Amino acid sequence: MQTSFAPAQLADPQIATSEQILRKCVHCGFCTATCPTYVTLGNELDSPRGRIYLIKDMLENDRPADEEVVTHIDRCLSCLSCMTTCPSGVNYMHLVDHARVHIEKTYERPLGDRLVRAVLAAVLPYPGRFRLALKAAGLGRPFAGLLKRIGPLKPFGTMLDLAPSKVAPASIADTPGTHRVDGLKRGRVAILSGCAQPVLRPEINEATLRLLARLGVEVVVPENAGCCGALVHHMGREEQALEAARRMVDAWLKVKVDGGLDAVIITASGCGTTIKDYGHMLRLDPDYAEKAAEVSALARDITEYLSGLELPVLEKRALTVAYHSACSMQHGQKITMAPKVLLSNAGFTVRDPGEGHLCCGSAGTYNILQPEISTTLKARKIRNIEATKADIIATGNIGCITQIATGTAMPILHTVELLDWAYGGPKPALLETRD
Amino acid sequence: MLDRRETIVADLADLLPPGCLVSDVRGLVPFETDAFIAYRRVPLAVALPETTAQVAAVLKYCSRYGIPVVPRGAGTSLSGGAIPQEDAVVIGLSKMTRILDIDFPNRTATVEAGVTNISISEAVMPEGFFYAPDPSSQLACTIGGNIGMNSGGAHCLKYGVTTNNLLGVKMVLFDGTIIELGGKALDAAGYDLLGLVCGSEGQLGIVTEATVRLLARPEGARPVLFGFSSSEEAGACVAEVIGSGIIPVAIEFMDKPAIGICEAFAKAGYPMDVEALLIVEVEGSEAEMDATLASIIDIARRHGVTTIRESQSATEAALIWKGRKSAFGATGRIADYICMDGTVPLSKLSEVLRKTGEIAARYGLRVANVFHAGDGNMHPLILYNINDPEDAARAEAAGNDILKLCVDAGGCLTGEHGVGIEKRDLMLHQFTQADLNQQMAARAAFDPQWIMNPSKVFPLEGRPTA
Ligand SMILES: Cc1cc2nc3c(=O)[nH]c(=O)nc-3n(C[C@H](O)[C@H](O)[C@H](O)COP(=O)(O)OP(=O)(O)OC[C@H]3O[C@@H](n4cnc5c(N)ncnc54)[C@H](O)[C@@H]3O)c2cc1C
Ligand code: SF4
Ligand code: SF4
Repeated sequence: MQTSFAPAQLADPQIATSEQILRKCVHCGFCTATCPTYVTLGNELDSPRGRIYLIKDMLENDRPADEEVVTHIDRCLSCLSCMTTCPSGVNYMHLVDHARVHIEKTYERPLGDRLVRAVLAAVLPYPGRFRLALKAAGLGRPFAGLLKRIGPLKPFGTMLDLAPSKVAPASIADTPGTHRVDGLKRGRVAILSGCAQPVLRPEINEATLRLLARLGVEVVVPENAGCCGALVHHMGREEQALEAARRMVDAWLKVKVDGGLDAVIITASGCGTTIKDYGHMLRLDPDYAEKAAEVSALARDITEYLSGLELPVLEKRALTVAYHSACSMQHGQKITMAPKVLLSNAGFTVRDPGEGHLCCGSAGTYNILQPEISTTLKARKIRNIEATKADIIATGNIGCITQIATGTAMPILHTVELLDWAYGGPKPALLETRD
Repeated sequence: MLDRRETIVADLADLLPPGCLVSDVRGLVPFETDAFIAYRRVPLAVALPETTAQVAAVLKYCSRYGIPVVPRGAGTSLSGGAIPQEDAVVIGLSKMTRILDIDFPNRTATVEAGVTNISISEAVMPEGFFYAPDPSSQLACTIGGNIGMNSGGAHCLKYGVTTNNLLGVKMVLFDGTIIELGGKALDAAGYDLLGLVCGSEGQLGIVTEATVRLLARPEGARPVLFGFSSSEEAGACVAEVIGSGIIPVAIEFMDKPAIGICEAFAKAGYPMDVEALLIVEVEGSEAEMDATLASIIDIARRHGVTTIRESQSATEAALIWKGRKSAFGATGRIADYICMDGTVPLSKLSEVLRKTGEIAARYGLRVANVFHAGDGNMHPLILYNINDPEDAARAEAAGNDILKLCVDAGGCLTGEHGVGIEKRDLMLHQFTQADLNQQMAARAAFDPQWIMNPSKVFPLEGRPTA
């Protein structure tokens, strides 16, 4: 597309990057067709092509963000379906990240919105605070209906709805330390313990530790780790996100110095997409650019890493799995086959739900900030999943697990929980009641 | 008109449900163009009705006050058909996406105009049917837009273009009158008005529902890649295949630059060491496919084919088509482009290809060719830098020369993308003023007020009313 930026504007490296992205878009419109919000709302402004145009107009004119632009950018799920579809290779992710930072810097949100965002950014990335908040949510649940009727407080009501009824205690999987292997060591990796996941489903990383230990892989839970920054990154809180990224880079590279590092293992694909982008996020930071790129290159989704270990093919078992590919997995990281091959080799019959490219509406904090669109997408996703008539659902992202679990009776597990079970681990508690 | 903007917007808001009107200045900008990005105009407002009745209400209002209207589907037009004008209300069909009826015994589907082309085939695929016309943009473009442009696609060589597969429409006229043309049966009584509406570029009315023909999927289909060491040889091969009476389902052409562009996106395994590539698809039973292929291979050998590669699996076949159908979009990886759409008699294919290359060279521009060769529908992509005004002017001039070349070779200006804004002023190269006057008279019979997509198709000079 044609762009018109003055040379002075292009001196800003962020603008220069965005200009290059805009130049690649030929306005063909292909991406509109696979965008969940366009498919739901039918307005070009809620499509990738429309958003790209809104962003272009805002940046070219060096204008502060305004309500119209913010409305449509806020509705974007960052699912990156548009990037899978785009034949021209337009990097929508980096463009919308830039727009979100611009919004955060130049636009004052209404008070209620600011409050909700501040709370999310202050609580979610910190497991301790999050655990406390969830316990409080248990007490607050009876007020959910009431909160949802008070306009600006509605998101708080939605949060209560999404909060699980039981809160797990802290798990060994988030305690820093090295999980050594007895016998032959096949590798040494660091793991992301994460922020929300260990609170919501500690079973995921516990299964990962067990499985990797049996496979002879030493796993380090690093010191001074925590949230990878993805949640705040998607809210445009650049400083907070970069700070998290730097902290994680330091934590992981310390593991490398201490005894080598083959990979950084991530069990939440939402985080994986961001960590694989650290190299880009920190490219302008002379102290961190190189280190961040190194960490990005080491980052592996757990299923990517397991695919390299040549697990044996097991006998078929009588359990059919609907595999839900998280957007961050299929669009963000382009991992499409690995999880399904692993599950199938482990003896499960795998089915693909229809409209697999469409987001389930979870998308980080989206289900709290945009409950209407999120709920519509959730219903559509569950319809497609249930139509497979599978016994259980497997996926690779905690956000999807929480979202989908609130809408169906089918058990939903992380892929690695099923793999751990198949390769000698305990049966996942969720399946205990079934045979 | 512009100073009445506020009143118009307020009135339109009364006619539409919430969330169905764009009037914010920022929000209007993304509607200023379609896939013909060389030209842009921000509209006065954008209406996104959800029902035929709402379309009718908006049209009735606009006609009462003489406000121009521009229909818009997915905005993938390559000739600027959906580009607004400053004093116009855009009526977008993107919220009308319901599939209303699928009638397998009669082999028809009735859908709202905003349904995408591919959704029709997807909806009937489990029962073994499909909707034949397959523009490369089929993922995104709407059936309403297909009717507007009488769109074609790779598989139209055998199955015909939109007009050959359209059975009926519900349409709203300029003054809000709702009419129905055709129906589920093959031929309707009276004049073939449907034939007139198909390809009328949104100037005769706004289609809100369409009934289309469904076809049974063939037993099997197999795309085969034929590589040549020159475009001329490939062109001559196409002419001989068609001349010999063989009708494959599709014959698509790509030259070397186009192959490189498509392979970069789709990784389809196209041969990279050839100058020109034909994708020939045959279908039917295994025996039928083998027989047709054998005759085509014979002909290709006579034209010095260097590589023949059959797709070995459904996945491979899908990738071959994905690459081809993404060609224009994927071009964005290397340059901006204008896509030409002339048709030529097959006997002139090689010559026109050669002269196209010469024209581009004369202007110092690169060109990539990827097109529906079987029906002589050429799509030279002129590559340029849209941020450089001189380059852009050169590209436009080269485009005009190429289209004139097609007309002079006995072909026409547009095979399937329509006239729109892009070829409006070239119409006089193809038609005399008397011809155009007759066409405008037919148009005026539907829209005497001349408010429907008024600035398109006909040259701005020499209009009866304007
Ligand atoms: C990458 C790419 C590849 C393409 N490949 C092909 C191809 O292979 N074959 C081909 O034929 N075309 C192709 N096209 C061109 C384009 O996709 C077609 O012209 C398509 O039919 C336009 O559909 P649309 O829904 O986008 O309509 P729009 O672009 O929105 O509108 C097209 C025209 O139809 C009118 N219109 C739209 N909806 C209605 C309605 N409901 N009632 C009345 N008039 C209406 C508009 O006013 C306009 O004049 C391609 C385009 C792109 C970008
Ligand atoms: S598919 Fe890519 S090139 Fe086409 S409009 Fe979308 S972002 Fe632009
Ligand atoms: S990231 Fe997802 S929601 Fe956002 S524009 Fe792209 S496809 Fe649409």
